[in-house]
Amino acid sequence: MKGTSASAIALAAALMASAASAQSLDVVCSNEQAWCDLMAQNFRIDTGIDVAMVRKSTGEVLAQIRAEAGNPKVDVWWGGTGDPHLIAANEGLTTASGVDTSELLGWAQNMADMTEGRAIGAHVGLLGIFYNTELLAQKGMPVPSCWRDLTRPEYAGEITLSNPQSSGTAYTQLATLVQLFGEDEAFSLLGEIARNVNQNTRSGSAPGRMVARGESTISVGFMHDMVNLKKQGFPVEIVSPCEGTGYETGAVSIINGTPNFDAAKVWVEYVLSAEAQSRGLEVGVYNIPSHPAATTDPEAPDMASVKLIDYDFATYGSSEMREHLLERWGVEIRSQGGNFEE
Amino acid sequence: MKRTAGLWLLIGLAAFCLLPWYDVRGSFWHFRWFDTLSTQDAPAILWAIGERPWLWLPLLGLILSAAALFLVKSPVKQAQALVISGALGLGLLIGQGLFVVGFGARATVFEGVTQPGMGMGAFVFAAALLFIITTGISGLGRGRGDAFITGMVGAIVALVATFVFYPMAFIFTSAFELRGGQGFGLTEFLPRFFAPDIWSLACVTGRGQCGVAVNSTLLGLATATGTTVMGLAFALIFTRTDFRAKRLLRVLTVLPIITPPFVIGLVLILLLGRSGTLTVFFGDLFGIEKTRWLYGFWGVWLAQMLSFTPIAFLVLIGVVEGVSPSMEEASQTLNANRWQTFRNVSLPLMRPGLANAFLLGFIESVADFGNPLVLGGNFNVLSTEIYFAIVGTVADPAKAAILSLILLSLTLTTFVAQRLWLGRKNYATVTGKADSGRNAALNPALRWTCYALALPWAAFTLVLYVLIVFGSFTRLWGYDHTLTLDHYRRAFNIVVRNGVHFTGAAWDSFFTTLSIAAIAAPLTAAVGLATAYLLVRQNFAGKNAFEFSTLLSFAIPGTVIGVAYVMAFNFPPIELTATGLILVICFIFRNMPVGVRGGIAAMSQLDKSLDEASSTLGANSFTTLRRVILPLMGPAILAALTYSFVRAITSVSAVIFLVSARYNMATSFLVGRVENGEYGIAIAYSAVLIVTMLAVIIALQLAIGRRKLRRTDRLETT
Repeated sequence: MKGTSASAIALAAALMASAASAQSLDVVCSNEQAWCDLMAQNFRIDTGIDVAMVRKSTGEVLAQIRAEAGNPKVDVWWGGTGDPHLIAANEGLTTASGVDTSELLGWAQNMADMTEGRAIGAHVGLLGIFYNTELLAQKGMPVPSCWRDLTRPEYAGEITLSNPQSSGTAYTQLATLVQLFGEDEAFSLLGEIARNVNQNTRSGSAPGRMVARGESTISVGFMHDMVNLKKQGFPVEIVSPCEGTGYETGAVSIINGTPNFDAAKVWVEYVLSAEAQSRGLEVGVYNIPSHPAATTDPEAPDMASVKLIDYDFATYGSSEMREHLLERWGVEIRSQGGNFEE
Repeated sequence: MKRTAGLWLLIGLAAFCLLPWYDVRGSFWHFRWFDTLSTQDAPAILWAIGERPWLWLPLLGLILSAAALFLVKSPVKQAQALVISGALGLGLLIGQGLFVVGFGARATVFEGVTQPGMGMGAFVFAAALLFIITTGISGLGRGRGDAFITGMVGAIVALVATFVFYPMAFIFTSAFELRGGQGFGLTEFLPRFFAPDIWSLACVTGRGQCGVAVNSTLLGLATATGTTVMGLAFALIFTRTDFRAKRLLRVLTVLPIITPPFVIGLVLILLLGRSGTLTVFFGDLFGIEKTRWLYGFWGVWLAQMLSFTPIAFLVLIGVVEGVSPSMEEASQTLNANRWQTFRNVSLPLMRPGLANAFLLGFIESVADFGNPLVLGGNFNVLSTEIYFAIVGTVADPAKAAILSLILLSLTLTTFVAQRLWLGRKNYATVTGKADSGRNAALNPALRWTCYALALPWAAFTLVLYVLIVFGSFTRLWGYDHTLTLDHYRRAFNIVVRNGVHFTGAAWDSFFTTLSIAAIAAPLTAAVGLATAYLLVRQNFAGKNAFEFSTLLSFAIPGTVIGVAYVMAFNFPPIELTATGLILVICFIFRNMPVGVRGGIAAMSQLDKSLDEASSTLGANSFTTLRRVILPLMGPAILAALTYSFVRAITSVSAVIFLVSARYNMATSFLVGRVENGEYGIAIAYSAVLIVTMLAVIIALQLAIGRRKLRRTDRLETT
């Protein structure tokens, strides 16, 4: 008994001594795991602040910080599609970081202006069409090049999309089509496409993976994910739709009420710096970074070579518009298509 | 009684005066609060003297019970006084915790007063009050006047109330919440509860999709039936045949339980998907159109059969082993043939096992989250709908709560049906009497049926696992089969330079997962088996309600538990989010019901005469439990320990909400990798987890061993 208590005290003393490190930061990350890990590792080395990192999808993060509102257990939220960051900013779940954004690209500054500095753009991902070259050739189907091509009868049962009710990617796609064609025409187009759709997946990145693995032939998703799959060696090709395409803005936000605001601000400054953003290439991150000086891959999509729409984040990021579009999607599209049975 | 109550009185007083009352920053076990004991980590007595005088209230209970102990002479009156004063103290403790909360997150009665979450001092104090109550109750003659029994019942009831009912209350109130924060009501609940997208029978009556509740039910019934049949076939092969490769079969029946989620689904896609290896092979061979049949009901069912058959087997093997040979010998002596013996004697005696296996299969299936997520396609089930109602683009906690209610009613209906089927019959065949017979071997037709069911299944499972290992070593499965160690290197790299550094991406979550599972498993087994003992061997008021409440947490899908825990334990009085403790607690109460079911099944076969013999010889119930029941419960303990350890490592749905930056779990890491399409590293990590769990299970098996009921060479040779 005496021995145990003596060793307990020794242990306690040792732990006390080791607990000297001053600052620490809890980050929740919605980017690819490898990118999350790399950023945390570099941040630790460069700033000396200890980081604990967990990866969660944007939906999960939003649910978590809503539940934890007022007493947050994470300090910073980095990555993911921009809409949930906007929602969080609107609901007061995040707080302005006061980080200087003047060096960043225009769209990153826009996002900060729109949210009064609560969410700052960190990267952009462009929407594109993706197809499996082997399957397409096997079945003798034409190569898709526009959104309208997806309605071709040859593609019956060959297209996989994601469900906007659960996926931010799919919502970006829905909002893009609405902005391109107007709401009514967009829905009639989606209705025609739905007849070809074999599955509406929950996750936005799943359709791309299914096409890469040959489980499906054509999908829609973010181009940077597709570049990654292509570089891994899958027989796939990426198309930028001829009518123009939309994009998502990934962001970084500080959670409202964090006890580690100063360290959190250091994190925000860090992930917006050119050096930190350039390192994404080491782990296959091919999106467009928000710092103009950050290096990019030549094969990665860039905003100049792709026909882009002027994505209206204020309108289509608002919860009224979102609810309206999703409800209409549920009634008109989900019920009539998207459940192609073989 | 007086001594026990006095002891708890002292403990309660010590907690009030010496331990830090509130949550300690960092960890209690680091004992850093020694330094700050006079300031923020002060015990309740200092707070009460200072700025939080309401802390005197709970002490009132303790003082009154001390008065009862020393002033009241009549034993019955004294016991009554103890119960009343203890309950008063506990009530005041809970009341002050709920009314005076920090951060103004809940309705506070007093403006401006706050307090942080309760800590070790409050916990020990509450426990002391609780045990004063239970000791008082035993003094009133309940639980055969045994303070140990009433204390155990009290502790389990309190734990279940705090960690199942309290968080669930948050979810269920939100089921009746009106949109836009306009209070509560039925006007929205009823139409949403009976909505056609939940109950539609379109897939049975014509074209279209069924409602999610119908899908879940059909899937659950199909899986439960399938797994019970398969589990029985395996159990019979093990106990009633002289099959040679039993060891190999044993490993194969264990493997699926220790497989992390998503892995079976991934391998099935890579094998049977549209471009899967087998699909392509047979498609080219016979010229069949390659389809996406795997994505839907049958794919999910197949994956669930692979995942859950072993659970049915684990439940059944104990029961099938336990059927006493003397019954079968009696049957054969009465000139019944082997089939008649099996049909009319052995099978009915296995009923508790069959019913439990079916129940577990059904609950596992409807609560399963990983397989429908990977293979569901357009086949939606309740568990995934709930998940997406919470994390989807449109967060709708009310819908999640309503769907949870439906899921809960499904599992509870099955539970009631199971109870009715078992009825009030007696299944005990292990008695204290001499019993040296041999189990009857199966008749040939039945034996071959078992082989025909189980062996192809085992072969398929074997192929899956060989492929998992193979896949973890190939660069890009399906396209580039160059062998490589890259996936392992990325996950588990170690750098030896100025000491040892675990630089691989998976190390963090790997260590966290193992330590949390190792803490949770023995606690889960202990709570589960203690509950089983109370349910089978003891009689007390409200026993049915007690059994029901301990099983409830299993019927609640993990997703709902996860969100409920975040809602309930993010604020004082009990603040647990972002700790490792919340994960441990979640695992204990998620997995406890399996320990309970297994314990009940095993214990209902042990005849009560054993306990009675022990009590006659002067042992109290604690000694009987320790010296007589526990040694006979080897397989049940092993099953409970193994199951809870493994589930702590492989469960995903609740964990996803409870992991934090400091306590990340393996499954959460895997979900990220699978989402990102990095199957290689996911499969490599899974392979490492499987090997680790296998090693732990073998170690447990060696440590706990098998119970020796009778002669070991008791199979009739033909």
